[in-house]
Amino acid sequence: MMMKKPLIMKLALALLLPVSLLAMPAALAAGGGTKKVKDIEWSFEGPFGEYDKAAVQRGFQVYKQVCASCHSLKFVAFRHLGQEGGPFYVKKCPAGFPDNIDCSNPMENPAVKAIAAEYEITDGPDDSGDMFKRPGIPADYFPSPYPNDKIAIMANGVVPPDLSLMAKARSGGPDYIYSLLTGYEEVADYVQLDPGVYYNPYFPGDLSSAIKPEFLDEEGHLKDGLHVPLGGVLKMKAPLMDNMIEYADETIPATVDQYARDVAEFLMWTAEPRLESRKETGLIVLIYLIIFGGIVYASYRQLWSKVD
Amino acid sequence: MSHPSTYVPGSAFERFLDKRLPIIRMGADFMDFPTPKNLNYWYTFGGILSLFLVIQIATGVVLAMHYTPHVDFAFWSVEHIMRDVNYGDLLRYTHSNGASMFFIAVYLHMFRGLYYGSFKEPREVLWILGVIIFVLMMATAFMGYVLPWGQMSYWGATVITSLFSAIPVVGDSIKTLLWGGFSVDNPTLNRFFALHFLLPFAIAGMVVLHIWALHVPGNTNPTGVEIKSKKDTIPFHPYYTVKDGFAIILFLIMFAVFVFYMPNVLGHADNYIEANPMVTPAHIVPEWYFLPFYAMLRAVTFDIFFIDAKLGGVLVMFGSILLLFVLPWLDRSKVRSMRYRPAAKIFFIVFVFNALWLGWLGGKPAEQPFIWQAQIATAYYFIYFLIILPLLSVLETPKELPKSISEAVLAKKKKQVEQASAAQPAE
Ligand code: HEC
Ligand code: HEM
Repeated sequence: MMMKKPLIMKLALALLLPVSLLAMPAALAAGGGTKKVKDIEWSFEGPFGEYDKAAVQRGFQVYKQVCASCHSLKFVAFRHLGQEGGPFYVKKCPAGFPDNIDCSNPMENPAVKAIAAEYEITDGPDDSGDMFKRPGIPADYFPSPYPNDKIAIMANGVVPPDLSLMAKARSGGPDYIYSLLTGYEEVADYVQLDPGVYYNPYFPGDLSSAIKPEFLDEEGHLKDGLHVPLGGVLKMKAPLMDNMIEYADETIPATVDQYARDVAEFLMWTAEPRLESRKETGLIVLIYLIIFGGIVYASYRQLWSKVD
Repeated sequence: MSHPSTYVPGSAFERFLDKRLPIIRMGADFMDFPTPKNLNYWYTFGGILSLFLVIQIATGVVLAMHYTPHVDFAFWSVEHIMRDVNYGDLLRYTHSNGASMFFIAVYLHMFRGLYYGSFKEPREVLWILGVIIFVLMMATAFMGYVLPWGQMSYWGATVITSLFSAIPVVGDSIKTLLWGGFSVDNPTLNRFFALHFLLPFAIAGMVVLHIWALHVPGNTNPTGVEIKSKKDTIPFHPYYTVKDGFAIILFLIMFAVFVFYMPNVLGHADNYIEANPMVTPAHIVPEWYFLPFYAMLRAVTFDIFFIDAKLGGVLVMFGSILLLFVLPWLDRSKVRSMRYRPAAKIFFIVFVFNALWLGWLGGKPAEQPFIWQAQIATAYYFIYFLIILPLLSVLETPKELPKSISEAVLAKKKKQVEQASAAQPAE
């Protein structure tokens, strides 16, 4: 009878060993096919982080002057730009505005109205059944660059994805967008690219089938010392170039790096327009819960001290 | 319920009502329920789960007022909730992260049951009701995840519903019925929305039965020794309302950190891309709480006699859950708590790590070395229930049990005092 227990215990302990050993090679086996994204310090990170409104405004300018010719932003309306947390939100109208205008209302915000009016919106049908064009108003959504997907594909080979949620739709988020935009480089000379595609080490893909045959040995492996470049190819040419946009603030560098940062910050805002109010509410909720928790814990201790 | 009622109607109205509908008596007896005095924090997850069911229903009903179950508008309407509905972002993040919290709590609640032998006689029905709730929760969460109609919604729905076609004879018909057509499409989204709205109320009904079945035999406790006398118990209120209350607040703090500061870490980036039947994501993975089962599904890569690998995987996955229903008849050890079962305790700890390992494997692509690892982990899952527990019930010599809950509590107190006085001279 006494023999049983130790035997079972030994068996049980013996089981623990292979389990812990098995987990190890698995942990080592993991590996990615793309370059690790650059880790940027964003103003909106952290529990108290907020958007840098000037950067979001500049990023909007980059979107409008460059990206918008290919990419839609269909979940964003002009009025969102003037909502609390948005880049053109103002609490009070600048001096000289009539009293009956409330600039904190995005529908009346002059900057938002001006931006919307620059766009041409197709509306209708009117009373005679015709579609017509009119200047945008804050309630309109950003119009898409292409009237339909077929035209978008004709122009680009694929439909350029909508950018409204891009900062949440890729792992790495704004870091990924920044890395992608600044990451274009010459591909190694032993890789053969099809026309119309561009190499980017941050874009997911697999170039192992694009190696020029003269760099492969008989078994189809890459020759000594060479390796398949990280990343893949996409149908978007590097969209940014130095000095292509004129910022109103001349102290801000007119570089690809700066444009990419700004547009990534703008796209984070389009993806998560309520980030600031969410964090503010969170702080109040947490303070409340912690104080309440302390009180409940104290009453728990007091009440239970009498239980024996 | 199953303890003598101590309620005395105080007013004329209460006396009137008590003769006709003794609902106040029911509530009073509920609050007064004699509860073992040694319950630890592992026993607080039941209360946490009840709260989260309420949170899911409350946020869900409001979300449903703004949501549109149509393939052309579902994704759009979720963005409308996020951007335009007052507090819509908080509502949605509370609901989506609430589902995750629900599963964290239910898994801890179930591990508690496994460790302290809560499923054993006379609590088999209580345990089975719990497993039914778990299955309903999984169905509800799966269908909820389809509603935002993102890429993972669509492809997850396609992968999981296609599993039914592995069932011989009726499989394809079941799949067509689930889809409401010949692919995941608008009819699928509509019926999933209807069921996602309905099932939580079925869960609520099951929870009522679950608590009823709890109040007949009463709680287990960490010693596994049943209540012997009144000295072993304290009334549920105020003792456990305040202890559960404190645990709930701690849990809510964790919840708030997710909702307000990292609302998307538990989700998948691809679900912010609108569903597109023409583009298959590189890796289709379910929500984190399904990963252990997903790993078991994909672990079967070989045919067993006339059972092909696909059906085998489906059987293993559903079997892993069905097994829980018969657990009370697999583990026959008279000792409930693994505190007094040294060997079972070690196998249990391995089981917990094994489950975590399965979860990790479920998120990996279906390729080596993950497949053979998933096979080993799946094997252990089944061996634990089907071989180890039944064998241990006869082979293991348990440690000596305390005579009563009070004795165990006193012994622990004495030990603490001794340790404290032993520590003092050293200072
Ligand atoms: C000439 C048209 C064009 C312009 C201008 C353009 N893009 Fe693109 N973009 C595309 C196309 C086409 C794709 C799809 C590439 C693919 O999937 O192969 C794309 C894809 C993307 C992606 C998604 C990459 C992924 O992971 O799938 C991002 C992010 C992006 N563009 C950002 C931008 C930003 C920011 C700008 C402005 C600075 C911009 N694009 C300007 C055409 C364009
Ligand atoms: C057991 C309780 C419940 C669970 C576990 C649950 C789970 C989920 C999950 C995981 C999602 C996807 C969230 C996302 O990724 O966006 C979801 C969405 C949704 N749920 Fe529930 N839910 C529950 C109860 C309810 C109830 C009772 C209702 C309505 C009465 C409801 C209505 C909705 C709606 C409208 C959506 C789509 C909006 C959205 O995606 O946020 N849910 N649910």
